[in-house]
Amino acid sequence: MSDTFIYAIEVFINGLMAGVLYALVALGFVLIYKASGIFNYAQGVMALFAAMTLVGIMEGQVPFSHLINATFGTSIHHFGWHVPAVLAIIFTMGVMILLAWAVNHFIMRHLVNQEPIILFMATIGLAYFMEGFGDLMWGADIKKLDIGLPQGLNTWIDDTTYQAFGYGFFIDNLDIVAAIVAALLVTVLVIFSQYTKQGRAMRAVADDHQAALSVGVSLNFIWVMVWSVAGFVALVAGIMWGAKSGVQFSLSLIALKALPVLMLGGFTSIPGAIVGGLIIGVGEKLFEFFVGPMLGGATENWFAYVLALIFLVFRPQGLFGEKIIERV
Amino acid sequence: MNALSPEGYVTADGRKIGGQLMEMKNITLRFGGVKAITDISFDIREGEIRAIIGPNGAGKSSMLNVISGFYVPQEGEVWFRGARRPQMKPYEVAQQGIARTFQNIALFEGMSVLDNVMTGRLNNMNANIFSQAIWKGRAEREEVLNREVVEKVIDFLEIQSIRKTPVARLPYGLKKRVELARALAAEPKLLLLDEPMAGMNVEEKEDMSRFILDVNDEFGTTIALIEHDMGVVMDLSDRVVVMDYGKKIGDGTPDEVRNNQDVIDAYLGVSHD
Repeated sequence: MSDTFIYAIEVFINGLMAGVLYALVALGFVLIYKASGIFNYAQGVMALFAAMTLVGIMEGQVPFSHLINATFGTSIHHFGWHVPAVLAIIFTMGVMILLAWAVNHFIMRHLVNQEPIILFMATIGLAYFMEGFGDLMWGADIKKLDIGLPQGLNTWIDDTTYQAFGYGFFIDNLDIVAAIVAALLVTVLVIFSQYTKQGRAMRAVADDHQAALSVGVSLNFIWVMVWSVAGFVALVAGIMWGAKSGVQFSLSLIALKALPVLMLGGFTSIPGAIVGGLIIGVGEKLFEFFVGPMLGGATENWFAYVLALIFLVFRPQGLFGEKIIERV
Repeated sequence: MNALSPEGYVTADGRKIGGQLMEMKNITLRFGGVKAITDISFDIREGEIRAIIGPNGAGKSSMLNVISGFYVPQEGEVWFRGARRPQMKPYEVAQQGIARTFQNIALFEGMSVLDNVMTGRLNNMNANIFSQAIWKGRAEREEVLNREVVEKVIDFLEIQSIRKTPVARLPYGLKKRVELARALAAEPKLLLLDEPMAGMNVEEKEDMSRFILDVNDEFGTTIALIEHDMGVVMDLSDRVVVMDYGKKIGDGTPDEVRNNQDVIDAYLGVSHD
């Protein structure tokens, strides 16, 4: 086997792993879009906020310490304890549920029946608010997120491939964990939306508000639930990305990487978000590997968007999106 | 109009009608400066088929929306099963046992007929979420019971052949029937039908009339309906409320209403020949 082919396989696998991480972010968008027709621009910031909160709780940071110190002239920063990762994740989920309630109570509830563009703009506002709020609460410094996930080279794969091809593949353990977590997450979400009462109610609300009300579904409850689920997905994405590249502002920009994934997979499809993420991940890595050198490299910055653009021309609803057929 | 005894009455075709299930007392509904409903009172009796009729814009649909909680009247009281109903959200009204259909069909277009009808059972699912997720224990027992009710309704309305079809693909008449099925699946104490026969051809209207009568007969469901087709209304209903410009101008059996001069002037008096 030629060397190029073997390298390409490695690139392919790494592309799949990167794709899983894109898909994790895209999932959050799909959930909210499916259930409420809102394109939630704040999804990326939610992931950042979740990761910051998780680190803050684990480290025993005092929330709003800058504000408190500036107001009262004190100098407190830490409670002086460390919370175990599992417990901290549960607490963070509690914060995300609280956030979901607040988003519905203070924003979305008042915008019922508004145009989608208005709702979209509200989420832009929300994104900037949360960005500032997160900084105020936990400080703007770059944090390290370590909840004990395995990281670094997977030696088993390295050894096995070295024996087989004479070349050891470099696959990061964290990426493997991310793939497993993503698979679990999707399974849980599918079971939730297909088999439980709350899931049925969620699909009902997504389809028709009036009809949902008439069969006894509380819209407010469902919306809080949807935002909570999106908060949960943001937390998972935040943990994975945070562990990979640290908890910092640029984490919120991963939302932009989710856009081409959504265009490819369709805004309304959970499997679409996964497949779209994988295609983008693999596509940009392989393109960089084969074509990149001819174009001077750094193709990863734009490849996903161009691919999405080409898709938009030929299949506007995405690979798995619902085709919009309207009677005339 | 004759005074009705509180215990109920017997209809011309010999069906026994019970006491008051719902009573509307002096309902007034305004939208800004526009009065949609002005001081209207009437009752709905247990086991009855009650119609609300009137020309376009008379406030019939508004009345139905007040009953189902979609609109909140500025004045007046709503009494249900012997108790005054506090101000409620539509979903709470639904949980109380009032199901409805809509004038412009409100179905879950993306779901199959079966799933649509199953949503009518949402309030009869009480197992915890984990039990539901694995479909074991209480969730399994509930699901079986709920399925039984739903299958009975599907059977009853003769929509077995389309049970797996996505609703979006169905023709209008069948959609109306699916909407009725979803409302029935909730086993409501009161069923509200907003123009169940609007836009149907004669054959579909006959089918729908038969279903409405059968539902009332078989399940003993109390039904309140709005309908434009006078022939249908007079055939179906036990008592009729007539509205015009938001006011009540007649109330009684179809015969009484037919001979009421106000009603003739406002509505029936229009010559169609």
